[in-house]
Amino acid sequence: MIQPQSLLCPRPAGLYCPPGDFYIDPVRPVERAVITHGHADHARAGHGLAVATPETLAIMAARYGEGFAGSVRPLAYGETVSRDDVEVTLAPAGHVLGSAQAVVRWRGLTMVVSGDYKRRRDPTCPPFEPVPCDVFVTEATFALPVFRHPPDKGEIVRLLDSVAQFPERCHVVGAYSLGKAQRVIRLLREAGWDAPIFVHGALERLNALYESFGIDLGPLAPATTATKTALAGQIAIAPPSALATPWARRFPDPVDAFASGWMRIRARARQQGVELPLIISDHADWDELTGTLEELSPGEVWITHGREEALARWCSLNGLPARALALVGYEDEED
Amino acid sequence: MRAFAQLLDRLSLTASRNAKLTLVRDFLAQTPDPDRGWALAALTGNLTFKAAKPAAIRAAVEARMDGVLFAWSYDYVGDLAETVALVWPARPGANREPELSEVVDSLAGATRLEAQALIEGWLDALDADGRWALLKLVTGALRVGLSARLAKQAAADLGGVPLAEVEEIWHAVAPPYGDLFAWLEGRAERPTADAPGRFRPVMLAQAVEEASDFAKLDPADYAAEWKWDGIRVQAVSERGERRLYTRTGEVISDAFPDVVAGLDFEGVIDGELVVMRDGAIAPFAQLQQRLNRKTADAKLMAKYPAGVRAYDLLLEGETDLRALPFAERRTRLEAVVAASGSDRIDLSSLQPFGNWDDLARLRADPPPGDPRCAEGLMLKRWDSPYLAGRPRGPWFKWKRDPRLVDAVLMYAQRGHGKRSSFYSDYTFGVWREDEAGVRSLTPVGKAYFGFTDEELKRLDAFVRDNTIERFGPVRAVRADHDFGLVLEVAFEGLQRSTRHKSGLAMRFPRISRIRWDKPAREADELPTLERMLAAMGG
Repeated sequence: MIQPQSLLCPRPAGLYCPPGDFYIDPVRPVERAVITHGHADHARAGHGLAVATPETLAIMAARYGEGFAGSVRPLAYGETVSRDDVEVTLAPAGHVLGSAQAVVRWRGLTMVVSGDYKRRRDPTCPPFEPVPCDVFVTEATFALPVFRHPPDKGEIVRLLDSVAQFPERCHVVGAYSLGKAQRVIRLLREAGWDAPIFVHGALERLNALYESFGIDLGPLAPATTATKTALAGQIAIAPPSALATPWARRFPDPVDAFASGWMRIRARARQQGVELPLIISDHADWDELTGTLEELSPGEVWITHGREEALARWCSLNGLPARALALVGYEDEED
Repeated sequence: MRAFAQLLDRLSLTASRNAKLTLVRDFLAQTPDPDRGWALAALTGNLTFKAAKPAAIRAAVEARMDGVLFAWSYDYVGDLAETVALVWPARPGANREPELSEVVDSLAGATRLEAQALIEGWLDALDADGRWALLKLVTGALRVGLSARLAKQAAADLGGVPLAEVEEIWHAVAPPYGDLFAWLEGRAERPTADAPGRFRPVMLAQAVEEASDFAKLDPADYAAEWKWDGIRVQAVSERGERRLYTRTGEVISDAFPDVVAGLDFEGVIDGELVVMRDGAIAPFAQLQQRLNRKTADAKLMAKYPAGVRAYDLLLEGETDLRALPFAERRTRLEAVVAASGSDRIDLSSLQPFGNWDDLARLRADPPPGDPRCAEGLMLKRWDSPYLAGRPRGPWFKWKRDPRLVDAVLMYAQRGHGKRSSFYSDYTFGVWREDEAGVRSLTPVGKAYFGFTDEELKRLDAFVRDNTIERFGPVRAVRADHDFGLVLEVAFEGLQRSTRHKSGLAMRFPRISRIRWDKPAREADELPTLERMLAAMGG
């Protein structure tokens, strides 16, 4: 029987595949890289070859410019590429547009690297697809039993209720510019909010990119052109870091909202001066993480970034062999 | 329960007073009786359970999940009620979310053991926010940053009536306040206020505008007395009920049993609660040792004996005096205090004066004794009836000029709501010298008002341009011998404090001027503040 660590092993640059000579989501430039999704800490510029979904490659091009890698190999979901006798397939991860799990097969051994994933419906990307495997390499961003994200529809209702209750104020939603922002916009549209949504300039490129992949965001308007009066009773979306800057002064008595899984923790909302926390996350919560492990029941679990110790504890209580990889360089996303 | 949970959740993160009022008022308008009444009782501190001990809640959760995972979760969240609310492993079953009234009714008659079972069943039925609200409620600590007064204001807003009208009847109505809401919604007459020992809304003074008011006011129309530095109280002794209220109608009798025992008159006295020994008032800091406590033990009462310095009489026997002129009430007050044998009540004496200049001299240089630690003077029209609220004209307060120091801006914190994009809360310090003769800044206070919007923009820009370190919403700004921003800070008083490194705390500090021109090294030094404190008798 082949040892999993001869197929994938942690190295300083990231998770490495010796027989195929490539990395998955390396944090520094390498010869060959498989990229699971477009968030900056997973998708870096400067690789010799970047293998990813067409959506992810488009996102990287939008962020880093064409020529972000020596060459690219678009790989649609379900399509397989092989190098020597290692096969790589990408399966939907349900995290953001283009996000994928990397399924790596070699001599009868299957390892799945989840990248970042979630299990609930997201109107901007196809759902996570469970792939039977020998080793499941899971993320652990929200791997503590305190993180149980409520249904996103309910959070959007809370936002719209607040807009109705405070018609003289503008609700400014902080949302990560890739994925979260577009998902919040789509959820608002599904909830019947068809007024123009005011957006921060930093979101414009990615919004246009999502639309080019067929995700209808409805009428959007730049927040910079509207008058204070016109913004009363409206919703604006901006990267979280913009909420505390002079940019936010254009809004009438803004209600600072923040769409993130971290908003589950009250102290965190308070610390950041958030008045309306919206618990909307693109990561699996505790129940999704553990439920996925129960569903896949892999021979072994490897845990990458986040709260590894709690998930490892759960695995040991449930008889699943697990190890924490302690990969460095991935951030606590959604911050 | 769901609506109440959502209300608590919003309140706990809302800073603006107006937004809080909107949230509570809308909740009261949309929630049926009796749930809204129980909620109002909870928000005003009139609903407390001793149903659940935190330790029992913790034991219940640990019986259902791995202790290590719970401990890590608690470490991460830092608050027991919140942790349990989030991690609670619900047992599936025929669980129905309880209404608030159901929680109140069921717990009222339950033994501790029964209460524990009820609570666990409800935790199974509620979502995370609901569990959090329930746990806050049954462990007796809402702490959502809403004063009882603001909750009453929201109720008054619901009915479109002045707050004073709600306060007037507040102690004559009881949870869940069906009669109160019926009146507020115009479905019934105002509930009768006739309950012995109830609170009467207090009359407040306007600040005098020296430049314009004195020219228009006739000194002969006004009485003057010292503005004592304690807390405003209403001392009630009516048909066997003795109570001590704050000016917002909160009952503080249990914290001052010595004062309550000394209310040996029949009526309602308006006065200042102070620490007094042999008829002399102690500095405010001593009274503070007895505030914000639920009870007082004999040792504390002996060390800080409290009493009421009386300045008005609202009820004498069974006669309501509030419509009478101040002069008449004052005469009757003097008689009541003279007849009292209590060492817990004395009279605030009137200060005779001929013209405003006489009074100004008195204010600038108070005679030795109690007036030295007064906050200034009060002016009351001889013919003024006792009116609830803050009418303009009959009563004025004329505070002493504030103390001023030049301090250096050290830290700035982001504000809330309208100010959330501004660094608007400023911590400032003065110079101190250590044994080696090295000068460094030590924080002495924090202020977040006193400047214009334009000045705020400039201050914010200064903070952003001169940040040397960040801690969450707080920035440390450059402040050293060669560079820093000097703020002229005005404040009302100083007291010793063990919470601050400097050993001092300011009362009511605010920014009076921004000294863009002044070099940081020329700001004031700690010994200057020490001398001020000594002069205030502290």
